[in-house]
Amino acid sequence: MAVAEPSAPVAAPARARQVGRHPWLSVLWTAARTPRGAVGLTLAGLVLLIAVVGPSAAAKSPDALLMQPYAKPSGQFLLGGDFLGRDVLSRVLNGGLELLIMAVAATAIGVAVGAAAGISAAYLRGRPDGLIMRTVDVILAFPQLVFALLLVSVLGPKLWLIVLAVGLSHAPAVARVIRSATLDISERDYVKVAELQGMRPATVMGREILPNLISPLMVEAGLRLTYSIVIMAGLSFLGFGQQPPAANWGLMINENRAGLPLNPWAVIVPAALIALLTIGTNTFTDAVARVTIGVERRPEEAALLDELTPRGAR
Amino acid sequence: MTGGQPRGGPAATAISDEGDRLDVRDLEVRIGEHGPDVVSEISFAVPAGEVLGLVGESGSGKTTVALALLGHARRGLRIRGGHVFLDGVDLLRLGPAELRAARGAKVAYVPQDPSAALNPAMRVGEQLREAVQVHPGAVDDARGRVLEVMREARLDAAPQMLRRYPHQLSGGQQQRVSLAMAFCCRPALIVLDEPTTGLDVTTQRHVLETVRALCRSYGVAAVYVSHDLAVVGGLVSEVAVMYAGRIVEIGPTAKVFGEPLHPYTRGLLAAVPSPLRAEVLTGIEGQPPRPGRRGTGCSFAPRCSFAVSECRARPPAPVLADSREVRCIRLAEIASTHAARPAVGGGPAPTGPATALSVRGVTAGYGRTPVLSAIELDVPPESCVAVVGESGSGKTTLARCIVGLHSNWSGEITFDGAPLARGARDRPKETLRRVQYIFQNPYTSLNPRKTVGQIVSWPLEQFLGLPFRERSERAVQVLEDVGLGGDFAGRYPDQLSGGERQRVAIARALAAEPDLLVCDEVTSALDVSVQAVIVEELRRLQRERHLAMIFITHNLALVRCIAQSAVVLRDGVVVESGPVERVLEHPENPYTIRLMADVPKLAVPGPESGDPAASPAES
Repeated sequence: MAVAEPSAPVAAPARARQVGRHPWLSVLWTAARTPRGAVGLTLAGLVLLIAVVGPSAAAKSPDALLMQPYAKPSGQFLLGGDFLGRDVLSRVLNGGLELLIMAVAATAIGVAVGAAAGISAAYLRGRPDGLIMRTVDVILAFPQLVFALLLVSVLGPKLWLIVLAVGLSHAPAVARVIRSATLDISERDYVKVAELQGMRPATVMGREILPNLISPLMVEAGLRLTYSIVIMAGLSFLGFGQQPPAANWGLMINENRAGLPLNPWAVIVPAALIALLTIGTNTFTDAVARVTIGVERRPEEAALLDELTPRGAR
Repeated sequence: MTGGQPRGGPAATAISDEGDRLDVRDLEVRIGEHGPDVVSEISFAVPAGEVLGLVGESGSGKTTVALALLGHARRGLRIRGGHVFLDGVDLLRLGPAELRAARGAKVAYVPQDPSAALNPAMRVGEQLREAVQVHPGAVDDARGRVLEVMREARLDAAPQMLRRYPHQLSGGQQQRVSLAMAFCCRPALIVLDEPTTGLDVTTQRHVLETVRALCRSYGVAAVYVSHDLAVVGGLVSEVAVMYAGRIVEIGPTAKVFGEPLHPYTRGLLAAVPSPLRAEVLTGIEGQPPRPGRRGTGCSFAPRCSFAVSECRARPPAPVLADSREVRCIRLAEIASTHAARPAVGGGPAPTGPATALSVRGVTAGYGRTPVLSAIELDVPPESCVAVVGESGSGKTTLARCIVGLHSNWSGEITFDGAPLARGARDRPKETLRRVQYIFQNPYTSLNPRKTVGQIVSWPLEQFLGLPFRERSERAVQVLEDVGLGGDFAGRYPDQLSGGERQRVAIARALAAEPDLLVCDEVTSALDVSVQAVIVEELRRLQRERHLAMIFITHNLALVRCIAQSAVVLRDGVVVESGPVERVLEHPENPYTIRLMADVPKLAVPGPESGDPAASPAES
């Protein structure tokens, strides 16, 4: 490990750079190539595809009354009819996009607010830390769904409000995780160097600390996305969120559960899609977590392991 | 004694085989089933009661060999070939159950970090008893044996001691407990993996003596893995030098360290600083190849000044020469050249009343725990002051007070005539620029998410207010100044070796164009050949840029190479200070005298002492 003269070959180019740069894209890519990640991505991707392409692929209008309520599946209507005699297949194809958008937006809000709170609390310590973390404790004392329901029932079931409510209900948990990750990083020497060279606290947080939080942030985002999907679907099921006659997977489960013995597909398919999406994002997040743990190991060991392990086997 | 001859037999130096408890032949460890080898062609023998030193720099494969002796390979690695005969039984051919029975009972392992190896939730006595009882039948009287090994490891065998938890022991005591555990079943082989690395020199010497005495009295064969040549030199009679997964030179310690033949051994020895002389250290440029990239010929050829085209054609076979075995085809040419180390030219002695930095009566602590008391220190302009002390002496705290990282201190620190504020946040930008601090560990002092260019550019932006284009030009200049090319600017720290990282850290400090550089143990995380390069680099930069420098170190030997005056700290008090020659050669304080006596020293051919037969003395 002597110091190389400028001309000496240094490190393995391609792979070492991946480890070194560790941008979120390369981590996602590495995670997608592990078996676990591939399964997760396939599951989630399938549901995602249905949700995104669905609205334009649906043959029938989701709102047209085309058959008997709870009609059995037939050649023309593959999944049969719902409680009003609308085409279940078209409603399934139409019912995912909005749910997804809302879940993603809520996750983004939750992770952004939570990360900002967590980083500030950990880096500034003292009074800001106490203030932020005690607030977090108070919010954490409410179950997440109850907290969201409370906000919505007080302020009315507006969609943006639901997104905001679910997002904010995520923030405390994210703040907790990010705070502990930041506590570790703020003690690193490069943060001390930045302080000694007169860097302002906000800059230290943005330029020195945040880039090193990419791994926990990605894992948190994946995890919170899973929760968001479940909560959004749950809120729709309970009648908050999108209102009838809108097609929405959560809403569909609620609307059609009375007809479960007649046409079970009207409940099973939306429920299965929500389950698959949740399992898929969760599995993929798990793969990302495993990959980033590998990267955060001591550098030599990570490099060695990289060489030892066939690509994607980790 | 014997040892040193592979394949156990016909070599000319062989005296007998009957004494060899451990006989390793053609050991090979590979990555995965068919991957490149990590270590290969490892053969050596160790007689009963002897210690073989296995030395090499990080990545040389010494720990891989040590673990393979226990029949263990790290995750992803496979022991693919060879034999490890222990009293005639091949450990590598044992089944899992037999191997498990052999481990601990017949082969024992002493890890590097005792605080991590001992179970923090178990009392010392319980852990020792457990080590004895894991092998039923190995020991009759478990309790008696525990007390016996504790006495042997020079631990107080009082009941209170047995009831303590590991965290209640000092580092030296913890390591003694590890040693006691290793010796408690009277094994035939003990593998010691850098067991004294974290200890201060005095404790280190005592632990080493214990190891040697125990091996002698119980006829244990021991393999002692270390990167510290001086420590090994004082302990072992046979030494094997590893490079890139091969043993490049093996033989009697006095020969190998006294008259090294392999160019790598020579390079290593030239890089070891001596506390007895002020010498120019010569490092080894370049870095060792990683497994799978070792090329066809001699792995050392790219860094070797003796290399000819033949060296690169095929790997060199071991050659017997002068009672040892060397993997080099250019032995005859090398043996005839004599490597002498030039002495350091007498630096400008600190003269005149002018001081760049003066520390007056500084007292500091963490919370209510006092760490420093009434420290006095003067740093003349353009000169280097070494602050020496063992761990816990407060030397790093002193550095942190000076640069403003630690603000809980009283007293006065004046820089260029003006008093410094306590914390860095209260100091003006100009002061922050003029006093730069280099951290101990280059693996944690560089942000892994920033390129080298970004790292070096920040002080240029912050302190000199340069526009973007000029910043990147200047960053390249500074990088070139510390011996890195401009193409390093686009790299990330993970892509650099330890030495390169430390150079980047130095470049970042120099970019601010400081007047005072505070270097806190800047080489302790580096290999000795890299340490030599970095120390020489710092000395050159200090001279060229007319810097005042505070060089903090626990390594007395290094002080000689870089500083003009030295300050010895103990328990937060300055016990001795003055010009380097006086402090090191004629120490007055009993503590300094003991410190100098306990420093492991390597007898290497130098300008004055040309006596190669002198065996490496330990004290």
